[in-house]
Amino acid sequence: MKYIDYVQLNPFQKFWYNFKNAMIALPSNIGKVFKAIGRFFKKIFVGIGKGFAGYFTRFVKGDWATKLSYIIMGFGNIVRGQIGKGIIFLATEIAFILFMVTGLGQVGLGWSGIYNLGFFNNGKIGFHEKAYWAVDEVTGRRVHMPADNSMKLLLYGVMTLVIIALFIVIYVAATKSAYKVQQMKAAGEKPQSFKEDVAALLDEKFHVTLLAFPTLTISIFTILPLIFMILIAFTNYDQSHNFFQWVGFETFGQIFATTGASALKGKTFLELTKWTLVWAVFATVLNYILGMVVALMINKKGIKLKALWRTLFVVTVAVPQFVSLLLMSQMLDFNNGAINLVLQHLGIIKEPINFLGDLSHPWIARITVIVVNIWVGIPYTILITSGILMNIPADLYESATIDGAGPVRSFVSITLPYMLFVTTPYLITTFIGNINNFNVIYLLCGSAQQSNELYRAGYTDLLVTWLFNLTTVSGDYNLAAAIGIMVFIVCATVSLLTFNLTKSAKNEEEFS
Amino acid sequence: MIKSYKLRRIISNALIYILLGGLGLIWISPLVYMIIHSFRADGGAFYSHILPWPNADGVRFTLQNYVDLFTKADNTANFPQWFLNTFIIAIFSCIISTLAVMMVSYAFSRLRFPARKPLINVGMILGMFPGFMTMIAIYYLLKALGILQLPHLALIICYSAGAGLGYQISKGFFDTIPRALDEAATIDGATKNQIFWKIILPMSKPIIVYTILTSFIGPWTDFVLAKIIVGAQGQQYYTVAIGLQIFIDKEHKSAYFKQFLAGSVVVAVPITALFLFLQRYYVEGVTAGGVKG
Repeated sequence: MKYIDYVQLNPFQKFWYNFKNAMIALPSNIGKVFKAIGRFFKKIFVGIGKGFAGYFTRFVKGDWATKLSYIIMGFGNIVRGQIGKGIIFLATEIAFILFMVTGLGQVGLGWSGIYNLGFFNNGKIGFHEKAYWAVDEVTGRRVHMPADNSMKLLLYGVMTLVIIALFIVIYVAATKSAYKVQQMKAAGEKPQSFKEDVAALLDEKFHVTLLAFPTLTISIFTILPLIFMILIAFTNYDQSHNFFQWVGFETFGQIFATTGASALKGKTFLELTKWTLVWAVFATVLNYILGMVVALMINKKGIKLKALWRTLFVVTVAVPQFVSLLLMSQMLDFNNGAINLVLQHLGIIKEPINFLGDLSHPWIARITVIVVNIWVGIPYTILITSGILMNIPADLYESATIDGAGPVRSFVSITLPYMLFVTTPYLITTFIGNINNFNVIYLLCGSAQQSNELYRAGYTDLLVTWLFNLTTVSGDYNLAAAIGIMVFIVCATVSLLTFNLTKSAKNEEEFS
Repeated sequence: MIKSYKLRRIISNALIYILLGGLGLIWISPLVYMIIHSFRADGGAFYSHILPWPNADGVRFTLQNYVDLFTKADNTANFPQWFLNTFIIAIFSCIISTLAVMMVSYAFSRLRFPARKPLINVGMILGMFPGFMTMIAIYYLLKALGILQLPHLALIICYSAGAGLGYQISKGFFDTIPRALDEAATIDGATKNQIFWKIILPMSKPIIVYTILTSFIGPWTDFVLAKIIVGAQGQQYYTVAIGLQIFIDKEHKSAYFKQFLAGSVVVAVPITALFLFLQRYYVEGVTAGGVKG
């Protein structure tokens, strides 16, 4: 389509046109995503390479004090008057060396952490598979030692690696700083004093101050556990292996297995993946559309008591989810649950329905959780979309009515395209949120659907609840970690693809 | 013609009223059920009436469930302690997370430095891993660091450590504040630090209220993390979420079901009130980041 044709389309046609193009371009977009990932890694390596190149040229160009700073961090700074900065560098180096040598008295931290990671024992993490006798160095007596705890050793090993990485960053910064102060001296400038450095932290370098604390906590409590769990996926750490070793992609082989010893795991993974996707689509689309219909009804001209109607729905958002969902699970109970009682009173059913626990008909529980999720989710949609719905120009609806469109027709042709256009980012987040929607499934079903046909899972379990069961109940850590990585891949692909789509829509600024 | 148009509108409005009334009834009825039965005198867990009936003494409604909830502290139930625990945890993690979120989003929105783009990307990627994957690792990490002996501190750390990753919404908000303000302040000699505290933060009331609201409510509603961290410890460390779930597990359900309802009301009412009161900020917060309008 030529540009001149394109600008003549009405906004909705433009949206569909863009949408269609995005769908056609999907395969090439997937390719682009992989290319982008490749570029990302290339950039990282090039960056590291450049950093090292600079590191060596600075060494060659540096004088004796700068060169000495490559061994004794902060030396150059101290010699040239930046005493405070130099002492901090020096203290960091001493602390790091002490940490590496002593490991703070813990086996597995510092040097022994690297030593135990399996480089020297055929990929086994630790050395003592069984409890053993050792000679106590102080008393000279033989003592009984427990077997090595590979999990702890791996955790400490990862901690050590993170600390080494942080140290390298500081180390390179120290050499840079030594060279810079040498250059400043050579140019006849006065190097900044410690006071000026601190003042800069509140101005030009304010980002360092702001980000230091959050980065630290995120590294320790998000990134470190994440690296640990990703590594676990490549070991055989499960219920029968407390002493484990690296096994490469074996665990991923198990979740895709169709025959052999792991067939049950493979079957469970396939079954739960299908259900997770079905659930995510239904939970997202139904909540979105039904929520908008209700919001439209509330906001219709001539409807009174708008605030009351809104509050009736929104109250369910405000009640903490664990309260409303635990309550729901009680109300759906087979034994005198309130909903069964009401339905029996009204004469709709004769026998109580086992909403959540009917193992022979898992679809009953599946439909139930989707319906309960509608109850949970519609108010959110009302909350989010009400304001935007009011922004749709009323003349669009009027002209549609004049052209003979009924309410359904104008919803499909006006409201939906408009809302899709504006709320795509919200929809993506909701979709991904639903893939990871732990609360609804876990609090509602618990283990009521636990089935022998699946590996430690029930028919209503999502991948994330399965993951949770595997880690907390059965101890199949490697499997759980591998599933986590798969969920990540799905979420990342969905977001990256749709991100491209919204980008193409973003160029469209007339839509307002 | 006009008359029939009017008639049609009346009919359609009446239909909508009926629909809204019916739906509203369905939506609100579980909560009404919860409130009514929390005052019930008769029966236990498996109650066979929809509305409470008078018990043997002829009493239909009573405050006894609430009195039990707040005065009885035994091996199973210790609601006042749980409530206090949750309150303390919520206050601390709310303060820390709000500060962290504001700091990160200001840095990403207003400051320009070489690592900005890569850090934003890293933040986005980290957000895509399912949170449950790392929980067990966090548990062992806290154990290794010796923090698990202080369960409250452990929970505060868990709730606030990763808070900085939730910067998108407030960054979106900061992005809408005109940069000319910063420039004017810089010309007048303000440092970045002063701009942050004296210009940006005072202008961002909705988003600050939103962040405080969500991070304060978080610990009250979180169930999973709390279960892993303090579930295995003594019940004096529980938060309300775990405690209430203990009330309705298989062993305790028959004795504690009415206390569960009462406890749910006690937790839900303040949070609901807070939420309804600050609803506007919530909507502004979500739409600022999630919706391009």
